[in-house]
Amino acid sequence: MALNHIWFLIVGFLFIGYFVLDGFDFGVGMSLPFLGKDDTDRRVLINTIGPVWDLNETWVIVAGASLFASFPEWYASLFSGFYLALLLILAALIARGVAFEYRGKGDTARWRKTFDWMIVVGSALPSLLWGVAFANIVAGVPLNAQHVYTGTLFTLLNPYGLLGGLTTLSVFFLHGLVFITLKTDGEIKDRARALAKKVGYAATLIAASFLLWTLFAHFSLLGAVLTVVAALALVGAQLANFARRDGQAFALMVVTIVGAVGALFAALYPNVLPSSTDAAYSLTIDNASSSQYTLSVMTWVAAIMIPFVLAYQSWTYWVFRKRVSRKSIPAGSH
Amino acid sequence: MHLAGQNLWGLDPLSLSRWQFGLTTVYHFLFVPLTIGMVLLVAIMQTAWVRTNDEKWLKLTKLFGKLFLINFAMGVVTGIVQEFQFGMNWSDYSRFVGDVFGAPLAMEGLLAFFFEATFIGVWIFGWGRLSKKVHLMTIWVTAFGVWMSAYFILAANAFMQHPVGFDINVAKNRAELTDIGAVLTNIVALNQFPHTITASIMFAGGVMIAVSAYHLKRKQYLDSMYTGLRFGLWSALLGGIGTVISGDGLGLAMVQTQPMKMAAAEALYRTSTGYNASFSLFSWGTPDGTSEIFSVRVPYLLSFLSTHTLNGTVEGLNDLQAQYVHLYGAGNYMPVIWLTYWSFRWMIGLGMLAMLVAVVGLILTRKGRVNLPTWTWNLSIWAAPLGLLAISIGWLFTEMGRQPWLVFSLMKTADGVSPGITALDVLISIVVFTVIYGVLAVVEFKILRAAIDAGPDVLVAEEHTDADQLTVAY
Repeated sequence: MALNHIWFLIVGFLFIGYFVLDGFDFGVGMSLPFLGKDDTDRRVLINTIGPVWDLNETWVIVAGASLFASFPEWYASLFSGFYLALLLILAALIARGVAFEYRGKGDTARWRKTFDWMIVVGSALPSLLWGVAFANIVAGVPLNAQHVYTGTLFTLLNPYGLLGGLTTLSVFFLHGLVFITLKTDGEIKDRARALAKKVGYAATLIAASFLLWTLFAHFSLLGAVLTVVAALALVGAQLANFARRDGQAFALMVVTIVGAVGALFAALYPNVLPSSTDAAYSLTIDNASSSQYTLSVMTWVAAIMIPFVLAYQSWTYWVFRKRVSRKSIPAGSH
Repeated sequence: MHLAGQNLWGLDPLSLSRWQFGLTTVYHFLFVPLTIGMVLLVAIMQTAWVRTNDEKWLKLTKLFGKLFLINFAMGVVTGIVQEFQFGMNWSDYSRFVGDVFGAPLAMEGLLAFFFEATFIGVWIFGWGRLSKKVHLMTIWVTAFGVWMSAYFILAANAFMQHPVGFDINVAKNRAELTDIGAVLTNIVALNQFPHTITASIMFAGGVMIAVSAYHLKRKQYLDSMYTGLRFGLWSALLGGIGTVISGDGLGLAMVQTQPMKMAAAEALYRTSTGYNASFSLFSWGTPDGTSEIFSVRVPYLLSFLSTHTLNGTVEGLNDLQAQYVHLYGAGNYMPVIWLTYWSFRWMIGLGMLAMLVAVVGLILTRKGRVNLPTWTWNLSIWAAPLGLLAISIGWLFTEMGRQPWLVFSLMKTADGVSPGITALDVLISIVVFTVIYGVLAVVEFKILRAAIDAGPDVLVAEEHTDADQLTVAY
């Protein structure tokens, strides 16, 4: 297998890692107004992701930088083309990131309420927009002969793109709720489970229609297999949630996201950014990638570092494996 | 309706993108130096605590660790913007250099950034859950990650100052990496790195001085804050000395790789040797910037700074301009002279002032003396931003002195901007970033101020009640 095809897989792996990890952070963020009856509840919810959201978010930085190094043309066309969509994502991520840190530093209810809403919006908006962006990457966008995007922000908001956005929005929300059932105790856990049931129906319906649409438009055997895996895992996650098997439900949600994002990358292959203007203008793995030398250097770095990264990040999750409950929040703390 | 490349109210995507990159980068780098410098100081203070079991070191670790964290988050979120902007606003640049420039950025992510982000989380929430030694290790690993991260980013920047380790692929119209070792051992990166690190330590020392002075002035927490003060003073002094030494090395590398920048730093129009290669403390040129009207000069000094000999030759702007026209075709190859000239001086002057504060402070407070007049404490509090200003202005010098090049000798700034974006797009993003960053600056300052006000004892008290919770660290 040529190195640039391997890098297509690595970039896919990094984005899948990002969506699996930051996906539940987004879901937890979105759950605040639904599950948080008071400040202590909201503190419990935020603390479930407190030690890890930052490192989860670093996956997007690494995915972006790896995309830049291995497919400069893809990075250049994609990031300049999706300018305003990415601006919104950046603004949302900044707002969410600082809100996590700042909300506990003020004394007034209004201060915390402001930052809580920044967390909610800062979680929901990227959840929606990442789906819109990836759906459009798969479907193709207007690119001219120089691979320059010629559309606007509204070009991206087509039915397929929006369905992709609703898919990530609902699946990440569900992912976060299942994560909460795994990480908390008591009443808040019950509320999360009940809400996960409702969100689960919607997510299944939306995700199934989006993935089937994708499969019909860009059929591949691997894509079909991954779509089936994602669908089964999503249904399985719900059954596990009904059966109060929280660990299994969460693991199946991870499989769902791996399968679904994997199916998108399978649909994209061997393109990286198809042109809807003229197929001849499409960016492909072959015409968008870096030189053989750069890719071989980067392959060494990735081959050594990715297992290492996975090992020490797993260790972090192990260190913070304990459940968070209301009892662990000291009185007077927010 | 396609507006790509069009102007809006006389503003074009290129100049707006330049402003945006400048604003967001300067803003980002307000937080980076404190991260780079403070992570080392916190690691040392925590080591002192583990070694001596003296609680004042724990208090210092907690207090300055907290300030470090408040600041760290800002560096992270504003750093994402930096990475995205290369593609968003400078896509032709990314197409042209991505094969080379992308590699150190991706390495930074895979080798360094994951490291710091992971271990800083463990450090924050690991108080009381990890053994003292393992917990101490996490801050040192974080420091290692932060510094490696800085190295890769500086190596990427060094490629723009002095491109090495590449070939031009004419068919693909891009630079391609041929030697990663050369890119990572770029002479500019090797010199820029110690300069950045030591200047950051100097600034972090300045922050420690100011925070300690703030409490000593109020005669509170005397024991821990006196230790903090002395530690900060020594850090600022040693960091400052390191900055001077590494700055000298960086200057030599600059003369070698970008003589135009050095000539502009000195507003030296004619090539000069020995006595005539003087360093001007002040200079005033003609409005068109091609010659000098009046200046105050130290003979030989420029020759010495540029070549380490008294009778070396330093090339002048006019000769370099003629050379570059010959090499690269018609055009103006001079950066904005007044900006380069003055930023170079302000960088040095402000850095020296920061060091002077450290020297005077060390003398005044030796042997436990803290009974100083209030105005001396106030002065040392207000001196805190000196190091940061010097760093920011130094970067302005480095990047403005590179103009008109985006990548020296390979690509001009004007050729790197994204062809598909409109002036409106960039205007929207500038406004969004400015508003968000402005609000964040206010909130950030408020929170830092509150953390400083609370003092060192609260955090240590929390330690005992909170060992098992994931609550107060943020």
